[in-house]
Amino acid sequence: MTSTWSDNRRAALLSVLILAVALLAWEMAIPAQQLATEMTEYERLMGGGSARAGIPAPSEVAVKAWEQLSNPFYDAGPNDKGIGIQIAYSLGRVLTGYGMAAIIAIPLGFLIGMSPVAYKALNPFIQVLRPISPLAWMPLALFIIQDSEASAIFVIFICSIWPMLLNTAFGVSGVRQDWVNVARTHELGSLRTALTVILPAAAPTIITGMRISIGIAWLVIVAAEMLVGGTGIGYYVWNEWNNLDLASVIFSILLIGVTGMLLDSVFAVLQRRLTYAE
Amino acid sequence: MTIRALGDPFSAQTDLRHGAGCACTGCRATPQSLPASPEAMIERAVESAIVRSMFGHSDVSRRSFMGMLGGGTMAAALASVLPLDQAKAAVLESLGPLEKTDLAIGFVPITCATPIIMAEPMGFYSRYGLNVSVIKTAGWAVARDKSLSGEYDASHMLTPMPLAMTMGAGSTAQPFIMPAVENINGQAIVLSNEHLDKRDPAQWKGLTFGVPFEYSMHNFLLRYYVAEHGLDPDQDIQIRVVPPPDMVANLRAGNLDGFLSPDPFNQRAVWEGIGFIHLLTKELWEGHPCCAFAAPARFATEMPNTYGALLRAIIDATQYASDPSNRTEIAAAIAPANYLNQPVPVIEQVLTGTFADGLGEVRQVPDRIDFDPFPWQSMGVWILTQMKRWGYIEGDVDYRGIAEQVYLAADARTVMQDLGYEAPAENYRTHDIMGKTFDPADPEGYLSSFAIGRGA
Repeated sequence: MTSTWSDNRRAALLSVLILAVALLAWEMAIPAQQLATEMTEYERLMGGGSARAGIPAPSEVAVKAWEQLSNPFYDAGPNDKGIGIQIAYSLGRVLTGYGMAAIIAIPLGFLIGMSPVAYKALNPFIQVLRPISPLAWMPLALFIIQDSEASAIFVIFICSIWPMLLNTAFGVSGVRQDWVNVARTHELGSLRTALTVILPAAAPTIITGMRISIGIAWLVIVAAEMLVGGTGIGYYVWNEWNNLDLASVIFSILLIGVTGMLLDSVFAVLQRRLTYAE
Repeated sequence: MTIRALGDPFSAQTDLRHGAGCACTGCRATPQSLPASPEAMIERAVESAIVRSMFGHSDVSRRSFMGMLGGGTMAAALASVLPLDQAKAAVLESLGPLEKTDLAIGFVPITCATPIIMAEPMGFYSRYGLNVSVIKTAGWAVARDKSLSGEYDASHMLTPMPLAMTMGAGSTAQPFIMPAVENINGQAIVLSNEHLDKRDPAQWKGLTFGVPFEYSMHNFLLRYYVAEHGLDPDQDIQIRVVPPPDMVANLRAGNLDGFLSPDPFNQRAVWEGIGFIHLLTKELWEGHPCCAFAAPARFATEMPNTYGALLRAIIDATQYASDPSNRTEIAAAIAPANYLNQPVPVIEQVLTGTFADGLGEVRQVPDRIDFDPFPWQSMGVWILTQMKRWGYIEGDVDYRGIAEQVYLAADARTVMQDLGYEAPAENYRTHDIMGKTFDPADPEGYLSSFAIGRGA
C-alpha cells in the first residue's frame, strides 16, 4: 500500500516537473519584443509601438486567462460575451443535440441488437452515414433547416448518434443467449426481458458508446460554431483569430480541453459504477 | 365623397369607372379593396393614371386587355418601358408606425461594413426608432444563407451578391434588393514581402491570390486587373476563396502570394510586417462600389415603414461616415471586440487614409475608402458583364432588368433627398475602369471588347 502511495506521489511530482520545464522552455523560447520608443511616423503606422501578432509566452496566456476567468459572465453586446457565457452556449448546443441522439439511438440500437434481420437491413445505411465528416452536413442543414442554431444542433445530433447506436446494438446482441432463455422459461414478456435482463447486461457497452459520442460531439461543436458564428466557444476562437490574438486562442484551446475532460469524466464515473454492479 | 380610380389597374376584374362602395351588381360581386394607407393610395393612383392614359381612358378596352394578357405580365412589361420606379419608389415619403422594431442585421467584420456597424454604437438606428442587433458573421456564404433563411432581416453584403442571389447563381433564387451601397473604393492588392521585386503583374504567372468570395468586387477587380496585363486569371494565376481573417496568416505561411481583400486585412498585413500594398483598388476604378446594404425583397413589401426607417438610418450613417472629419471618432467606435475586434491604429489608417504602405512610405489618400450610398444601376450592369465574362452566368442576360430590380436607385434618391443630401438625378452613367470607358447602354459590346474571358 505504501509503495503505491509513493508511486502516485512520484508520478504527480513528475507531472508537475514536466509541466514546469515545458512552460519554462516555452517562456524562454519566445523572444521579448523590443518596442520602439522614438519613432518616425512611418514606424508608428507600421505598428512599431505595439507587439506584433505571434506565439505568446505562457505568462501572457496566463494573464489573458486571468482577465477572462475573473469576469466570465460579462455581456457587451451580441458579439462580445464573457467566456462563461460562451461555454454555456456551447454546452447547451452539445447537450441538446446529444440528448436527441440518445433518445433515438438507444431504443433503435435495442431493436437492431435484438433482431438480426433488422441489423442486417440497417447496417449498410449506418456504415455509409457513419464516416461522413459532421461538418459536411452543415451546408445541407443550413439549407434545409433554415436556422443556424438548429443546424448546429443537428450536426451534433448526426455525429453523436452512430457510436451510441452501434454500441447499443453490439451490447444487446452480445447478451448471453442463456440469460434470455432463462427469462423466457420464467415467461417474462419481451419488454420486461429487455428491461430486466438485457439492459443491465448491455449497460456497460451502451455507456461506452455514450462516452465516445459525447467526446465526438464536443470535438465537433467548436468547428460548427466557427462556421455559423454568433455565440459559443468556437465563435470565441474565431473572433480572436480575426484579431490574430493567439494568447486568447491558446487560452480557449486549454479551456476546450478542460471542458471536454470534465464531460468525459462524468461518463467514466458512470462506467465504473455500472461495471462494478455486475 | 366617391373615391374613384383606386382599384387595381392591372386587374381585369375591377372597374375603374366605379368608386368604392358602388352598389351596382358588378361591384358588389367583386368588392374593391382600398389600399390600406394614404401612401399606398398615392402609389395606386400613380399606377392607375399611367395605365388609364395608355388605354385612352377607355376602361372597357383596358379590362379586356388585362383579361387577355394577365395583369402581372402587363405590370412587368410596363415597368420595362416606363421608369415606373422613378415615379413610384418603394420607400415611402412619410412613415407610419413601424411594423417591427427589433431587427437583426448581419455583418462581416471588415471596414466596408462601417456604416452598418457604427449605426449601432453611434445611435443612428435608435434615432429612427429601431432596436437593431448587428450580428457578426463568419463569412459571405453564411451571410447569404442566413439572409435566405430569414434569420437576418437585412445584411451587409458584397454588391454582386444580391444580383447573384436574385438570379439564383450559386444559391437558390430569391429576389433581393439593394437600396444602398455601403462603401466605395476601400480595397487593395497586397503582396507578400517576398515579392517586393514583382511590381509588374506580367511577372505574376504562377502566383496564388486570395479573394474573399466568388461573387465579389474583389474577384472581379483582380481578374480584370490581371487580364488587362495579359494574364488569364483562370490559367496563369490561381485564385482561391479565403475568408478575410485567414488571409494574413496564409500570406505569412506562404500559402498565398498576395490577395485582393477588404480592409483592415490589407493594412493588418502591413502592420504585422508580412506584406505591402501593391495597389489601392481606387487606382483601378475610382469610386467603384464594394459592399452593400441588402435585404430580401419581401422585407420592403411586408414591412414598408420599418424598411423606410432602416434605410434612412443606414443612409444617414453612410453620409456621416463620408465626412473625413468624423473618421477618427468612427474608428474608435467600431474597433472593439463586439464589432471589428482590431487594433484602433489599423482601423484609423484605413479610414483616415494616412497609412504606411509597407514600402517605406507614409501615403495620404483621404478617399482610400469612401462612403456613398447611391446604387448606380450602371454599376449593377458592369458587375453582370463580369459575371458573364468569367462564366458565372450564361446565356442572354437582361442586364438592365436585373440591375433595376435589385439596385433600388429610386429608393436611395428619395431617402437622400429626404435627409437633405444631394442625390444624382440619373440611374446610369459611364464608368472609367483602368482607362477604358464602360457604357451601360452597350454591355454586350463591352463584353466582346475583351481579349480574355470565358462566356463571351
